[in-house]
Amino acid sequence: MKVNTERRRERIDRGIKIRTDGIYAMMSWRELCYLSAPRLVLIAGMLILPLVMPGMYWQRVITITCIYALLALSFDFLAHFVGLVCLGGAFFVGIGGYMAAILNTSFGLPPLLTIPLATVIGAGVCTLLLLPCLPLRGVYFAIVSLMYPLFAARVIEAFDIFGGTDGILGIDSFSNQWVEQYFVIGVTLLFLFGIRRLVNMDIGLVFRGVKDNDQAIKASGMDITRIKAMAVFIASAMGCLSGACLVHIYMWSGISQFALDFSILPIAATVIGGGGTLVGPIIGCLILVPISELLRDFGTLRIVFYSIILVGFIVFRSEGIMVYGQRKYHQFERWRKV
Amino acid sequence: MDILIYGTINSVSLALYALGFAMVYGVSRLPNFAHGSLYILSGFVTWGFLNSLGLNYLLSIILAMVATGVIGALIYQFVLIRIRGMEISEIIATYAIGLAILEGLRWGGFKGMTYTLPPFIEGSVTIADIPVDYQRLLVVGIGGALVVCLWLFTRYTRVGLALKGMAQDERAAMMLGIDSDLMAVVAMGFGSMLAALAAILLLPLGNIVVESGYNVLILAISVCIVGGLGSWIGAILAAFLIGFAQILTAVYLGSHYQMVVALLAIIVTLIIKPSGLFGKQKELEERV
Repeated sequence: MKVNTERRRERIDRGIKIRTDGIYAMMSWRELCYLSAPRLVLIAGMLILPLVMPGMYWQRVITITCIYALLALSFDFLAHFVGLVCLGGAFFVGIGGYMAAILNTSFGLPPLLTIPLATVIGAGVCTLLLLPCLPLRGVYFAIVSLMYPLFAARVIEAFDIFGGTDGILGIDSFSNQWVEQYFVIGVTLLFLFGIRRLVNMDIGLVFRGVKDNDQAIKASGMDITRIKAMAVFIASAMGCLSGACLVHIYMWSGISQFALDFSILPIAATVIGGGGTLVGPIIGCLILVPISELLRDFGTLRIVFYSIILVGFIVFRSEGIMVYGQRKYHQFERWRKV
Repeated sequence: MDILIYGTINSVSLALYALGFAMVYGVSRLPNFAHGSLYILSGFVTWGFLNSLGLNYLLSIILAMVATGVIGALIYQFVLIRIRGMEISEIIATYAIGLAILEGLRWGGFKGMTYTLPPFIEGSVTIADIPVDYQRLLVVGIGGALVVCLWLFTRYTRVGLALKGMAQDERAAMMLGIDSDLMAVVAMGFGSMLAALAAILLLPLGNIVVESGYNVLILAISVCIVGGLGSWIGAILAAFLIGFAQILTAVYLGSHYQMVVALLAIIVTLIIKPSGLFGKQKELEERV
């Protein structure tokens, strides 16, 4: 006689998760810790990181990581909360970078002013330029947004404007290294929690509505293109901010800011970290950027490595690290007989 | 006159770049961003057969085409089939595969100007006072023959009809007993072979350079988008449109602007008519 030993795995929320859902979370330290520990660990970790890094080089790596993290955050926000898959993050970086460079060299503004100005003006420019293709969606928006940075680079090359292939040199740097690092880290954390708050507000609900069912949004009498433009403005502001910081860190702005690296690495980080969680992309960047620095000796082989990692994650574990981690944190699993 | 001749040659080469991409997209709705790297890969495979193994040129061409087709089919069978239908994952995965192939080749030392394929027939002929080498004429001839062959293939063979059926309506094709997964693998194999054929015809005109893989991809995509994704006739017409536009800008403005033309064509087409000149199938879905 055949014994049926088939089992299935069942996932159940931990008791503490259920208790912390309501107002009762305030009743005990344990629940409060459970709720705030992940956030505090992240904030404290990010703030301590520059202090524990062994040298200038690795401190710089942390800064670059944060810049990529901002980009990844903007990709995640656009792709998973508004439904616009933007493969051209480099476009935002380039626009923000050139804007900051021009404001700094031609108008003589200090970095303290150029960065916010470049963020806002650059985001406006990006939104205006992307406005005609906002009615597109799916693969069409992805392709056209992939073309934008390539197009911008070719135009700068062909018309020889903004310094042409040499780029713009002689840009002021931050006043010192600690300001640079803590400015970038602070901005990253600010945007992370800001976007989290935003997507849980009413407008966030509308954003998700645009992604899931735009006809319903339209039927409610809202202008989809306007909402998408708002979302693109927010996302491109993040991209332009990172570009402006990058320009002031390297004291140079050039066509390489439109390079595909700035489009691909944030996407890889989002896939690995877990899309739609907003924290995931940052964790993905914290993993990917240092690894790619470690593998710098291998030259272009590192791109092969992370392409393969990317394909592996997409095919076998498309949920990403963060979703997996959240599940383990909030739920426990057990086997039960079917 | 030279605009006419070189425009035709350029257009046919664009059509050759785009046919494989159009085939894969038309049958399985998969934007194959690894197309450019398969193109370059097949060039190096041919070079390897020819120079490292010392095979006959014709034999190495055939072997390289078969090898590229098999590689494409394997990529589909083992990776892409699992993420079929998830557009974003498809784009990212194919793009990552393409990147891995190109950067892997670059790491393997296949860079610089040292890799060339010999032309099939040396020499040139003068047409209306303009020298045109035989290889370029062959490109036009074989390109034309290929289009006719593809037309016959999709009309009169079982596999071709099955592919066409899948392109039109996948569910209906499955109801008629067409194995859609198998056909998608076949389409990807054929698409890769077309990329290889394009590479073998066009690479003897210059060096095999890894970087040109990206350009091939961009040109293929721009031709397919302007013509309407999935439409072959559209792709061929768009190839002529962009091809002549490129030659005209190269003559009157300078060769920097060639790539700008292709990119501008994509952006303008997508903004004005996202389904392209001839893509009628999904007009409503793409736009809100």
